[in-house]
Amino acid sequence: MMSLASLTSVAATLLILGIIFILIVNINSLAQGAKEQFDTVQVYLVDGLETSRIETIGQDIFALEGVREVTYETKEDAMEKMKEQWQENGYLLDGLESNPLPDSFIITLNDIGFANYVVRNVEKLEGVEEVKYYQEIIERMMNIADMIRTVGLAVMFTLVALSTFIINNTVKLAVNARRREINIMKYVGATNWFVRWPFLVEGTVLGLIGALISAGIIYALYQYLHTILSSQFYVLIAAYLVSIESVMRDILILFVVIGSGIGILGSILSMKKYLDV
Amino acid sequence: MHFADRLPEDLPQIRLEGVTVRFDNGHEALKDIDLDVRKGEFIFVVGPSGAGKSTFIKLLLKEYDATAGKIYVCGQKVSNMHRRKVPFLRRQLGVVFQDFRLLPNKTVYENVAFAMEIIEAKDRDIRRQVPMVLSIVGLADKHKLYPHQLSGGEQQRVSIARAMINNPPILIADEPTGNLDPDTSWEIMKLLRQINQRGTTILMATHDKNIVDVMQQRVIALNNGVIVRDELGGCYGCED
Repeated sequence: MMSLASLTSVAATLLILGIIFILIVNINSLAQGAKEQFDTVQVYLVDGLETSRIETIGQDIFALEGVREVTYETKEDAMEKMKEQWQENGYLLDGLESNPLPDSFIITLNDIGFANYVVRNVEKLEGVEEVKYYQEIIERMMNIADMIRTVGLAVMFTLVALSTFIINNTVKLAVNARRREINIMKYVGATNWFVRWPFLVEGTVLGLIGALISAGIIYALYQYLHTILSSQFYVLIAAYLVSIESVMRDILILFVVIGSGIGILGSILSMKKYLDV
Repeated sequence: MHFADRLPEDLPQIRLEGVTVRFDNGHEALKDIDLDVRKGEFIFVVGPSGAGKSTFIKLLLKEYDATAGKIYVCGQKVSNMHRRKVPFLRRQLGVVFQDFRLLPNKTVYENVAFAMEIIEAKDRDIRRQVPMVLSIVGLADKHKLYPHQLSGGEQQRVSIARAMINNPPILIADEPTGNLDPDTSWEIMKLLRQINQRGTTILMATHDKNIVDVMQQRVIALNNGVIVRDELGGCYGCED
């Protein structure tokens, strides 16, 4: 009965832990993907510039520190791209008399940290009409991802501590029930490890079984979610979902270590008092 | 070997030198005790409750540490012994308690064998030794019974068998007759005397005036943490 209680507690802890872990891993992956997608600076040029001027602008931009790549996009290219994005509604764009989109440069940065410097300098160039950069969105997203990570880690730590406490109490009850036996053992000259190891094994096995149960549930749950997300809607999000295999490998390692850790720590802590005879 | 660790020459089996036990609340349970116990002695430790008898016993078992002084048991300095060595000290000391301390869910045989399992003895040795010791304490035919099926005297015999199974040179008995009627008490004393005659040193804390007076052994009387009397062939309270 007692072992059932601690088994459930370890399994529940690890289950929540696993869910948070998967959440964090996926948010990281999503944030990384978004960062790569939005991590460009759009430079719109004044309409009707000479080709030579456009070339100079491109060279000037490329010379700036932190710029990895500069791609030139004509207004025609931009229109094609927009039509693609609009998909079945793309025919609406055919009705336009003239192409209102500007020619533009797309700058890829080495690092997001160069963004402000590059934007400031590009704005000064002659022939540049507007510079667009999704810094705010990215920063906000990074902040949210950071927050989720921090909160998630805090919750994880709390849960592990809580679970150790519960195992600790369970083993304490088990040890208490065998107080007499331990007392006699100690008087006859049993070493601490001789007394300790059966309880240690019990605690560790409890932790490991809990780990396996929760890993199984996590596997089933994530697979289900993964299938739904990728087959039915949000194809875009699904592209950033971390694969089941790589998540499960991490989760198994994490669970076995934490599960047995909780078991070992819980039983050693709970035995301390009774061994001091 | 470090000079400070060198043992005094001609050390008796147990020696206490200026031993004081002071508890955290300031109470001194034992004060500056000097005592030698030679191999094969039979000693009664007497005195009113709170005189320091059980502190003395717990001191030998290293359940308590001496606040001051030196203790030697079987050629080892116990007073500054590392915790990890304590189990091995206790294997030199058989212990018998007033309340027997048997495991209720184990048979007589298992209770005695338990003490051998703990020191990780070989199964073959356990199967040979346990019946032998049970026959010495007169319980050979009851080895399959559980403690609750035995009388108090029989239970104490089991606990003596358990204390003796690993052949300790010293047997410590903390009021072993305290829960027994006079006739049974005498049976137990006969058994202890027998064990003593085989060469085992016996230290017995007791309140039983009659037993002490009749047995005529060395008597150490404690009062308020001091040895007030230590004489051979003594009685429980001679001054009365």
